[in-house]
Amino acid sequence: MIRVTGLSVSYGAVHALRDVSFEAATGSVTAVIGANGAGKTTLLRAISALVRPTAGEIDLDGTRLVGKSTENIARLGVGHVPEGRGVIEEFTIEENLRLGALHGNESFSVGLADQFELFPVLEERRKQHAGTLSGGERQMLAMARALIARPSVLLLDEPSLGLAPLVTAELMKTIKELCETRKLTVILVEQNAMSALRVSEHAVVLHLGRVAADDRSEVVANDENLRHYYLGMAE
Amino acid sequence: MDAFLTSRNVSDVLVGLHFGVVIGLVALSLVMIWRATHILNFAQGAMAMFSAYVGMSLLSYNVGYWWCVVVAVIAGLAFGGVTERVLVRRLYGKPEINPIVVMVGFLALLEAIASAVWGMSGRAVPLPFSFVDWQLNGQTIAISPNGLYQIVAALVVAILVVVLFRYTNLGLQLRAAAVAPEVSRLLGVRVSRMLTLGWILSSGVGAVAAVIVASNFGPGLTPTLMDAPFAIAFIAAAVGGLESPWGALVAGVAFGIMQQFVIDYLNSDYVFLIALGALVVVLMIRPQGLFTKSVSRRV
Repeated sequence: MIRVTGLSVSYGAVHALRDVSFEAATGSVTAVIGANGAGKTTLLRAISALVRPTAGEIDLDGTRLVGKSTENIARLGVGHVPEGRGVIEEFTIEENLRLGALHGNESFSVGLADQFELFPVLEERRKQHAGTLSGGERQMLAMARALIARPSVLLLDEPSLGLAPLVTAELMKTIKELCETRKLTVILVEQNAMSALRVSEHAVVLHLGRVAADDRSEVVANDENLRHYYLGMAE
Repeated sequence: MDAFLTSRNVSDVLVGLHFGVVIGLVALSLVMIWRATHILNFAQGAMAMFSAYVGMSLLSYNVGYWWCVVVAVIAGLAFGGVTERVLVRRLYGKPEINPIVVMVGFLALLEAIASAVWGMSGRAVPLPFSFVDWQLNGQTIAISPNGLYQIVAALVVAILVVVLFRYTNLGLQLRAAAVAPEVSRLLGVRVSRMLTLGWILSSGVGAVAAVIVASNFGPGLTPTLMDAPFAIAFIAAAVGGLESPWGALVAGVAFGIMQQFVIDYLNSDYVFLIALGALVVVLMIRPQGLFTKSVSRRV
């Protein structure tokens, strides 16, 4: 479980997050939704120590993450698929995966077989440079590269960005299955609130850096006010 | 066959190869640093010279040549690490002119210190093998056992470096840290350590090159020993493409051979003219260099 308590992050005079608290339960998907600039990406970057919080605590199963380095947090089992996917284009697909497996909890060969089973298209193209992949394939590679380390937590930043709805649905299904089979804790940041609410058990709505709502996903999905004011969804 | 091996052109290739592998090695070390930290290390040659001096100064205490080589390489490795941690680390993320000014200054400083400590006149370095060219049926082949040692040593180091970068997990992390530092950190790679290691390895390679240049028939080791090889290597690295280790090596060897042909058929005064001319032509046609695949780079 990840517990975030009173987290605040500032970029100079801009407060990106103010006093954010929530819990992401083990083996479930927690959606973090909200408009552009609500602080969603900043929240994930704070968990991975890519930005330093000005206040607050982040706790992973009893281990304090604030003050630890990004590398050490990754080695503790926190996988982070950044926005824009972050595959290394000049590396082959296999090299990307090898890099992902280096500091993980499983041997490369076993992990590779697992990932190829989940994402068969990657196996066909394993020797090709990641720069040759389409948007959807890159997303799969980024996911596979995070999963091959057998993380206990997966932070996903806008995985559906630029993907066809069908591909997104497939991806969400995979995430859901992994939560159940591997007891994976997922924090899913999405601009596409509806699809995130469908796949998640729990949702945190951010608005201008503050928590506007923190509830079960179906409750958030059915709340007229939340939908209207914070999620920009019309009827 | 005999006539072929002793012909003028083959002799030029052999002599050029001898110089070219050293150029290639220095160019390779430049590319290693450029790829790791996006800094053009103008002090690369001077650092290599300094490391060679540290090792070879033990000759005065009756230490054998090979032990001096080992000490020089260890000094090179250590020098690279200390330089990165103390000097270069402060330059990351600064305007591009800052590292250039600092590294040129460092070059001048190192040469000045070397002159003050060890003198300008140079120190003789024993040749580990005979420098007398091989004979074939009374004809001279333009290569000696010492020359062969230099070529083989340079090639072995270059191949080790390329293998390390291409085929090992450490190399994978070194490359990843260079091209995608943030993503690498998210995957648990200790990026800062990798950058230091890049400097350590590069500086070690430079030290090998300096030892090879010094172990030559001539003045031996001088404070300006690496100035000319560095200048040509710098041009070769730019021609080969600063992103490409193989490109740097191949271009280095090609420049060495070309240089010998220029000296033989024209005059040594034309060496830099032709090298720089080649640079201009290549950069006009392919600004990214001959062997670099992609130009784009996220920083």
